[in-house]
Amino acid sequence: MYVYDEHDRQIAAERVAQFRDQTERALAGELSEEEFLPLRLQNGLYVQRLAPMLRICIPYGMLRSEQLRRLARITRDYDKGYAHFTTRTNLQLNWPNLEDVPDILGELAEVEMHANQTSGNCIRNTTTDPFSGVQVDEIADPRPYCEIIRQWSTFHPEFAFLPRKFKIAVNASEKTDRAAIRVHDIGLQLTRNDQGELGFKVHVGGGLGRTPMVGPVIREFLPELDLLTYLEAIVRVYNRYGRRDNKFKARIKILVKALSPEGFAEKVENEWAHIKNSPSRLTQDVVTRFQSYFTEPAYETLTNATDLLASQRFENREFDKWLTHNVNEHKKPGYAIVTLTLKKTGTPPGDVTDVQLEQIAELADEYSYGEARATHEQNVVLADVRQDRLHELWQKLIPLGFATANLNTLNDVICCPGGDFCALANAKSIPVAEAIQRRFDNLDYLYDLGPIDLNISGCMNACGHHHVGNIGVLGVDKKGEEFYQISLGGSSHHDATIGKILGPSFARNEMPDVISKLINVYVENRTEEETFLDTYRRVGLDPFKERVYA
Amino acid sequence: MPDVIAADGTIRNDDWVVVPRPVAGESIDIPANTPALIPVDLWLAGYEHFAGNAKIGVWFDSHDEPELLAGKVAELPLIAVNFPRFVDGRGYSIGRLLRERFEYHGELRAIGDVLLDQLQFMKRCGFDSYALRSDKDTAKAAKCLNFFSQTYQAATDTNQPLFRRRAS
Repeated sequence: MYVYDEHDRQIAAERVAQFRDQTERALAGELSEEEFLPLRLQNGLYVQRLAPMLRICIPYGMLRSEQLRRLARITRDYDKGYAHFTTRTNLQLNWPNLEDVPDILGELAEVEMHANQTSGNCIRNTTTDPFSGVQVDEIADPRPYCEIIRQWSTFHPEFAFLPRKFKIAVNASEKTDRAAIRVHDIGLQLTRNDQGELGFKVHVGGGLGRTPMVGPVIREFLPELDLLTYLEAIVRVYNRYGRRDNKFKARIKILVKALSPEGFAEKVENEWAHIKNSPSRLTQDVVTRFQSYFTEPAYETLTNATDLLASQRFENREFDKWLTHNVNEHKKPGYAIVTLTLKKTGTPPGDVTDVQLEQIAELADEYSYGEARATHEQNVVLADVRQDRLHELWQKLIPLGFATANLNTLNDVICCPGGDFCALANAKSIPVAEAIQRRFDNLDYLYDLGPIDLNISGCMNACGHHHVGNIGVLGVDKKGEEFYQISLGGSSHHDATIGKILGPSFARNEMPDVISKLINVYVENRTEEETFLDTYRRVGLDPFKERVYA
Repeated sequence: MPDVIAADGTIRNDDWVVVPRPVAGESIDIPANTPALIPVDLWLAGYEHFAGNAKIGVWFDSHDEPELLAGKVAELPLIAVNFPRFVDGRGYSIGRLLRERFEYHGELRAIGDVLLDQLQFMKRCGFDSYALRSDKDTAKAAKCLNFFSQTYQAATDTNQPLFRRRAS
């Protein structure tokens, strides 16, 4: 994992001092509300429905145990003892005091963390696959490139006031996409060209929100060393030509659409031609240096614990379920990737207490070389667990509430904080997630249904990624009442698709029944091998529509 | 023009005035007794007349293209870039392009909604004088120009990103 050197530490310390100064001037009335707004947003601080909200950055989802412990302490000392993992792999506090935020940022800096650019019209936290570096089929570990992007984008003097927020994601496997790169402002797919050289396929102009779009490819192959100069060219074109007259048309996707992907790509290439050979071009030595931070831990030479796990599965059906659903294959024999699900019914998706954060830290130390990862699906991954210790780990996870074996099922809901917390929301989202989880409380039935992405957003800003849920739920306001619109067929993976709206929206208390009806249409129509998405794609929207509005 | 801040934070007076764009149908009114900044397109329209005049500079609005001055920057004593609202970040790209692509080496001034907390960004993008908005405290400019002693990425101030400086 990346470790700060004296330069990073200095920049982090100066950032805290800067925000302390800015906060003091804001409290003294020297900065107007409007002037302070982007300054506090770029330090993660929102003013929310009930209190300020602080969004702490977890760069590309990576956490060390000491950082988890510090997050736990901050959550306890400055907040009400719980926090929320977001779909940008960040962590939100819901109740900090504005005056305390500089101190919180100071505490974060002590463990090499920050809240830089977690909001505002700037380049946000770069996200990637939570299985980076340990999965079987990745092209290369994406995290060194994510860190290179983090440093380049941090306090970039030209790009601090873009037309709108800007999100970059990097994906490493050509078979799976756990980073949803096609719905990002820039999505980078690691790939190799015909000569075997490493580089990126570059998608630009994807995004959710009010105008959801799948990002088109503007360059099939960008050599890895050209990463930063090409990003700089893209963002410069956006900074110069992106719309600033209408907030709802200001994202880069609108510019890409207006110019056409080919027209946009041409502008980028023209800009890039001027800067591609500048000193901002990476060198192989530099990449190697960043890669040296993400080396493998001291794995032991093991063989797969196939027989042991088989007998443990046989003896305990619950363990068998957990192993099937919450544990993934690791590139090293004898190891496994474990996902701790934060989706226990009755707890808002992605929420953790201070004590749970400490428990995750302990588990990371005990089972996974002191590291953990946040996922955009609002779970936490222990990436390097010995297979012969899985049973022991599972037994520890149960009382902690992390062993709910519902990963990737209908109950593994992605859900924003919604109207319970968020000032932007039109409707609550957490109670909808809970009502659906309660309806579908039989794990065997969930397994029979197979993988279904259910994504819930409380407003069209789409923090819950509803457009790319196989089933998407969007909270809407109808004359002051909360209603929910459903879309079907979305996907955030390599086959990225924006879901189609089913029809008129429903009241909250109708939602479990509506979801049941949708599920029944799937069950009645599916062939043996089909997932929900497969069936939907084959039969289309109509059968679902007919059932729900019958 | 009120006080102007230099890149080192010192404050000085100067006489440059910003001549606003004339309303449609009227001609520009250039003061006779003081140096003046005029809209860049009007300077280009009167190029034969203005070029090389040490008392006539130009100002860019945030939507103006720096490409307009390609090959002509050396003929200007002063270029200003207007930030109509401080959240309009186009001026940063204009500054960098004037410096790094069109090789303007004269004074580059930020005008308009120029506040304290953006000064260091402006400095990094090639601006070396700043007409701070009149309600802001010029005494605090020096501190705000230097919040950070270290930066990650290359810009106009240094073409060496930190990853290259680290390597050396």
